Amino acid sequence: MTVEQSKKDKIMVIGVVLAVLLGPIILNPFGAGYPDLLQKFVIYGIFAIGFNILFGLTGYLSFGHAAFLGVGSYSAVWMFKLLSMNIVPAIILAMVISGLFALLIGFIALRRSGIYFSILTLAFAQMSYNLAYSVLTPITNGETGLQILHGDPRVLDAAVEDGALPVTNLFGLNMNATADVSLLGMDIQFNAGYYICGLIMIVAFYIALRLFRSPFGMMLKAIKTNQNRLNFTGVNSRPYTLTAFVISGIYAGLAGGLLACTDPLAGAERMQWTASGEVVLMTILGGAGTMLGPILGAGVIKYFENIFSAYNESELMDVFSFLPHWLQELVVSVSSLFVGEGWHLTLGVLFMLIVIFLPGGLMEGFNRLVKLARGGYRKDGASASAAGKVTAE
Amino acid sequence: MIPETVSVRDGTQPGAGAMDVFLLQVLNGLDKGSAYAMIALGLTLIFGTLGVVNFAHGALFMLGAFCSVALNKLLTLEKIALSETEMTAWGTPLEIRTPYAEAWFGDFGAWVIDWSVPLSILIAIPFMLLVGIVMERGLIRHFYKRPHAEQILVTFGLAIVLQEIIKAWFGANPIPQPAPEALTGMMDFGAAIGMDAGNVVYPAWRLVYFLFAAAVIGAVFAFLQFTTFGMVVRAGMADRETVGLLGINIDKRFTLTFGIAAVVAGLAGVMYSPILSPNYHLGMDFLVLSFVVVVVGGMGSLPGAVAAGMLLGILQSFASMNEVKAIFPGIDQIIIYLVAVVILLARPRGLLGRKGVMES
Repeated sequence: MTVEQSKKDKIMVIGVVLAVLLGPIILNPFGAGYPDLLQKFVIYGIFAIGFNILFGLTGYLSFGHAAFLGVGSYSAVWMFKLLSMNIVPAIILAMVISGLFALLIGFIALRRSGIYFSILTLAFAQMSYNLAYSVLTPITNGETGLQILHGDPRVLDAAVEDGALPVTNLFGLNMNATADVSLLGMDIQFNAGYYICGLIMIVAFYIALRLFRSPFGMMLKAIKTNQNRLNFTGVNSRPYTLTAFVISGIYAGLAGGLLACTDPLAGAERMQWTASGEVVLMTILGGAGTMLGPILGAGVIKYFENIFSAYNESELMDVFSFLPHWLQELVVSVSSLFVGEGWHLTLGVLFMLIVIFLPGGLMEGFNRLVKLARGGYRKDGASASAAGKVTAE
Repeated sequence: MIPETVSVRDGTQPGAGAMDVFLLQVLNGLDKGSAYAMIALGLTLIFGTLGVVNFAHGALFMLGAFCSVALNKLLTLEKIALSETEMTAWGTPLEIRTPYAEAWFGDFGAWVIDWSVPLSILIAIPFMLLVGIVMERGLIRHFYKRPHAEQILVTFGLAIVLQEIIKAWFGANPIPQPAPEALTGMMDFGAAIGMDAGNVVYPAWRLVYFLFAAAVIGAVFAFLQFTTFGMVVRAGMADRETVGLLGINIDKRFTLTFGIAAVVAGLAGVMYSPILSPNYHLGMDFLVLSFVVVVVGGMGSLPGAVAAGMLLGILQSFASMNEVKAIFPGIDQIIIYLVAVVILLARPRGLLGRKGVMES
C-alpha cells in the first residue's frame, strides 16, 4: 500500500465518521433529519458494505442476500423474546446465526459461478422465504411477523415488565431516546438508536476498508479479474470466496439484527427476492467495488423511498405553482407518475440510466467530474492526459 | 377465472384409484408447466442467439396477459341509456348498460366479448413483436459486449419500469378475465380416454391451455427446423462469427428472434389470464421460476427448457398433494428450488445443457 493511498484512506474514514456524527444536522435541510430515516441510512449502509465485499471484490453476484438479513432479524427478535431487551446479545446471535447460514448456503452455491451462482443463491433465498411463510410459522409467526409480547419469558429482565411493551436498549440506554435540540434555527433530533447504529456502521466500514487493502482482499480481486489464471497458478480459490461470502452474510445479519433493534418486528417479506434486488441496486448505484459507493447508494435509495413516496399530487401542484396554469397541469400529471405510489418507477428509470451510462455508479461519476475539473484548471500533463483517457473511454 | 375446486386439486374423490390420482396430478401440473416451458423457451432462445440474460422476460409475459385485459376493457365499454318504463327501487329511471360492441353488432358483438381472451391473441402477436424488436434495437443491442451482471441489472431495471407503467395504467389489483363460456366447465378427462367416469375431472380451459402451448412450442421448433430463416438462426447460435463472415446479416435475424421470443412469452401470458387474474407483478413471480427452469433444463438447450418446464410443473403439482405434504410439510413451496439445487450440483450443465455455454 502506498503512502498516498493510506493518506486517502485516512481522509475517507474521517469523512465517514464526520458524516455519521453530523448526520442529523447535515440532512435536516433536505427533510431527512428524522431518526427513523437516518437509522435506515446507516443500517442499509452496513448491508450494502457487506454485499460489496462479495460482489465488489469477487464479482459473484448474489441474488439472495436478503435471506441473511431476514435470518438476522428473526434471531434478534427471538433474543428479545427469550433473554433480554438489551441489544448486545441480540446482535451477537444475529451475526452468529446468519454467519452459519451463510456458511451452509455458500458451501453449496459457490460450487458454481456466474449466472448459476446467482440462480442458486436466489433459489436458497426463495426457499427460506417460502418456508418462513409456511412450515416454519412456529418460529417466524408467518404472515403476522415475529414480535415481542407481554407473555415472553425474557429471563434476564422480566422484572421490568409493567403496562407498556418494553423498549430495546443498550445497558439501560433506550434505543428510541431522542434529544430535541434547536440549532442554527433548525429543530434537530439526536437519536440514541441512530448513533448506536452509526457507530456500528463506522466500525463495519473500517473493517471492510482493512479487508479491501489486505492480502486477502487482493486475492479476492484476483478472483474477480481472472479466476482461471488463479487456479492455474495452483491457488484454490474456493476458501477465499467462501470466506468473503460468510463475511458478507454476517454483515447482512448484523444489518437485519439492527433493523430488529430499532423496531422489534421481523417479517418474512424482508427475505423476498425484491429485497435482495434492492441491495444489488444500492451497491451498483453507488459504485460496486468502491469503498464509499455502497453507503452512498443505500442513502440515495432510502431517501428516494421515504421522501419521494411521501409526495402527492396537491404537493406537486404547490411545487410547480410558478409555471403557467396549463403547463403546471401537464407537468404535474406527468411527474405524479414518478412520486408517491410510483416511486418504484423512478427507481427503475434511474437504475437503467445508471447501468447504461455510468456502469461504475455514482462514484465513477464523481471521479470523472473531479478529473475533468482538475484537467481544466491545471492543464499539467499528467492529469490532463488522465482526464482525456477517461473521456475517451 | 376458473375456480380451483378443492376436490380436483386433492385428487381425493371416493373411488379414485392410484392411476386416476397419478393422472390427475400430471394434468394439474401441465398448465403451469406449459407456462414455464413457454417463458423458458423464449429465455433460452434469447440467450442462445444474443448471449443476453433477459430479466425482463417475465415482464413480457405480464404484458401479454394485459393485452387480453386491454381488449376486454375496450370491448366492454358501455353505453348507458335510461329506461323509460322501468324504475329502480329509489324511484330513478333504471340505467340500462349495454356494451357498444353488443349495441352495434348484436349477437356477434356478444360472441366477441365472450371470446375476448382467445381473440386477444390477434392483438398480442403484432404488439409483442413490436415490443420485442423495439426492446432489442433500443436497449439490448448495446449490451452484447457488456458483462452478464450488467445485462441482468439493466433488464431488471426495465422489468421494474414496465410493471410500474402497467400498475399506473391498470391499477394494482388483479383483474379477473373470464374464459369463453363454452370452455369454462369441467371436462371428464377420464371418461374421454376410456376410464371410469367421474374420477378424473379437469377444468376444460387448462386443457386448452396445454394444447395451445404445445402448438406454440411446436410452431417455434418447426420454424427453426424447417425454414431457411430458422436454419440461419441455428447456425448463428452455433457459430455467430462464421455465419457473419459468410455475408449473412445475422444481427437482423437475431433481432427478429428476440421478437419471436417476446411473442411466445406474450401468448403464454394472454392464454394464462383466465387461470390467474393478471396483476402487475405477475411477471416477476413467473420470472424467478422460469430462470430456475432454464438452468435445470440446461442453459442454451431449447428442448431442455421445454422438458424442464413441464417436469417442474408436474413435480410441483405432485408436491402439493396432501399425502405428500403430510410426510414433508412445506415441500410444495420449495420443491422447484430444491430440484434446481440438486440438479445443479449433480449435473452442472443442467439436464440437456450443451458444453461450453456460460462456463467462463
